[in-house]
Amino acid sequence: MNTIPGRRVIMVVFLFFLLLPIYWLINMSFKTNTEIVTTMTLWPHQPTLENYKRIFTDESWYSGYINSLTFVLINTVISISVALPAAYAFSRYRFLGDKHLFFWLLSNRMAPAAVFALPFFNLYSAINLFDTPWAVALAHCIFNVPLAVWILEGFVSGVPREIDETAFLDGYSFPRFFVKILVPLIASGIGVAAFFCFMFSWVELLLARTLTSVNAKPISAIMTRTVSASGMDWGLLAAAGVLTIIPGALVIWFVRNYIARGFALGRV
Amino acid sequence: MDKTINQKAWFLVLPVFLVVAFSAILPLMTVVNYSMQDTFGNNQFFWNGVGWFKELLDPSTDLGGRFLASLGRNLLFSAIILAIEVPLGIVVALSMPRQGWTVAACLVILALPLLIPWNVVGTIWQIFGRPDIGLLGYTLNSLGIDYNYVSNEFDAWATVIVMDVWHWTSLVALLCYAGLKSIPDAYYQAAQIDGASRWAVFKAIQLPKMNRVLLIAVLLRFMDSFMIYTEPFVVTGGGPGNSTTFVSIELVKIALGQFDLGKAAALSLVYNLIILIVCWIFYTVMTNAGAERPEKQGAA
Repeated sequence: MNTIPGRRVIMVVFLFFLLLPIYWLINMSFKTNTEIVTTMTLWPHQPTLENYKRIFTDESWYSGYINSLTFVLINTVISISVALPAAYAFSRYRFLGDKHLFFWLLSNRMAPAAVFALPFFNLYSAINLFDTPWAVALAHCIFNVPLAVWILEGFVSGVPREIDETAFLDGYSFPRFFVKILVPLIASGIGVAAFFCFMFSWVELLLARTLTSVNAKPISAIMTRTVSASGMDWGLLAAAGVLTIIPGALVIWFVRNYIARGFALGRV
Repeated sequence: MDKTINQKAWFLVLPVFLVVAFSAILPLMTVVNYSMQDTFGNNQFFWNGVGWFKELLDPSTDLGGRFLASLGRNLLFSAIILAIEVPLGIVVALSMPRQGWTVAACLVILALPLLIPWNVVGTIWQIFGRPDIGLLGYTLNSLGIDYNYVSNEFDAWATVIVMDVWHWTSLVALLCYAGLKSIPDAYYQAAQIDGASRWAVFKAIQLPKMNRVLLIAVLLRFMDSFMIYTEPFVVTGGGPGNSTTFVSIELVKIALGQFDLGKAAALSLVYNLIILIVCWIFYTVMTNAGAERPEKQGAA
């Protein structure tokens, strides 16, 4: 009753549409450049691991992954640790300007990165953080902190208030209650929020590219210059692309029931 | 449940406030400062008042023409992708299997495009769409359709739109699916007893229950498509000509390409203002919708 006729066909066709371009990327990453340019083959006829080998042995390539992971991790830690107390405050208390603050956070999640690219460049150059992972990590806070607050607020609201009251009656101080009781109770929520901070920082290119030049260049920026003297190195580009998809694909299974909530800022 | 009024809660919010203010208010002040000035290099600045804003909103000048053209393109793009992704997302959500391992499998595959870095999304479609090495481009051309997104404006638009549908329809589908799952079975049983048609069930039960999530979906899709940068930039670079140059691409060109600080800053402010207004409208509608139905919906 709650489904529609022909749903299996629709689903299969749609999933096929989603997977086909990804398959083509993976297919490409195992081909040699000669095979890519000269023939049109649905699967690699001379499969090669050469593209991957080059990424893992050439420092200018694999350092990109390390740089990306560094700022993504810093950003996730900052976002979650400042968002936790705020989420508790929004969920439990009313205070002066709370609604406005909540809206202001939302509006920052929606602000276009292009608007902030240039001022961030000036700001982080002025405080000598340009071309360090810290610059990108702090810049990404502008959309990840609001996201974390909104997601965590939903999870904190799911914890009955009686638990707080009982803990305080039992003589728990606020910090001790927070660490010993609240955090374990919303552990799954913290996991979900951390996953989404990780993800949104990982997929962003514009700010990460603008705020780095050499030492902290993220993998996504390195990928944009695979053009060499002999033309485009398609196999290498495809292999690098496949490697950036893997982190998301690995953890997706654990958050599959929370995906909608995370993308909707916890409002589902 | 009533929340207690406690002004000390500000201490808990303070870290968030400081971090976001550092990355939002400080840079925005620089932008306001630049938007009133003109520069001829060498860090010399001259007062220009509202000159840039006047130019920006006047289509006969170079800056205004570029801004309004890219704004028009961007609004058209947002309208098209919303018109495709929202109905398609609802259909896909309604087509989700009901139970068993296939549910998890579908969820994982649906979410996959959402987790791919945006420039890799561009790369995927570049590799997939090129007439010489891409499966899509090659197939279309061998079917006799002259398809080339690098030189043909229509093909470039089609590619960018299909790419966005590929990238983000899953988001609408996942949100709708979460809304559908919160409908108790009793509703469907009641409808069955009343002999309601399939369409009546959709209109009277499923659509009202999806209202809230659909609102969020439309908000997120509008906002994200309105500030789209990376994906079209990687695929078409804004071309051919300027045909796929959206507002963000134009802004980055002026700001980081030409280093025209004053113009870029004025554009940024107007751009941000539009976003803020739309955001506020949605927020008001959303909180009102939430107030009418205070019970919290189940986890997604």
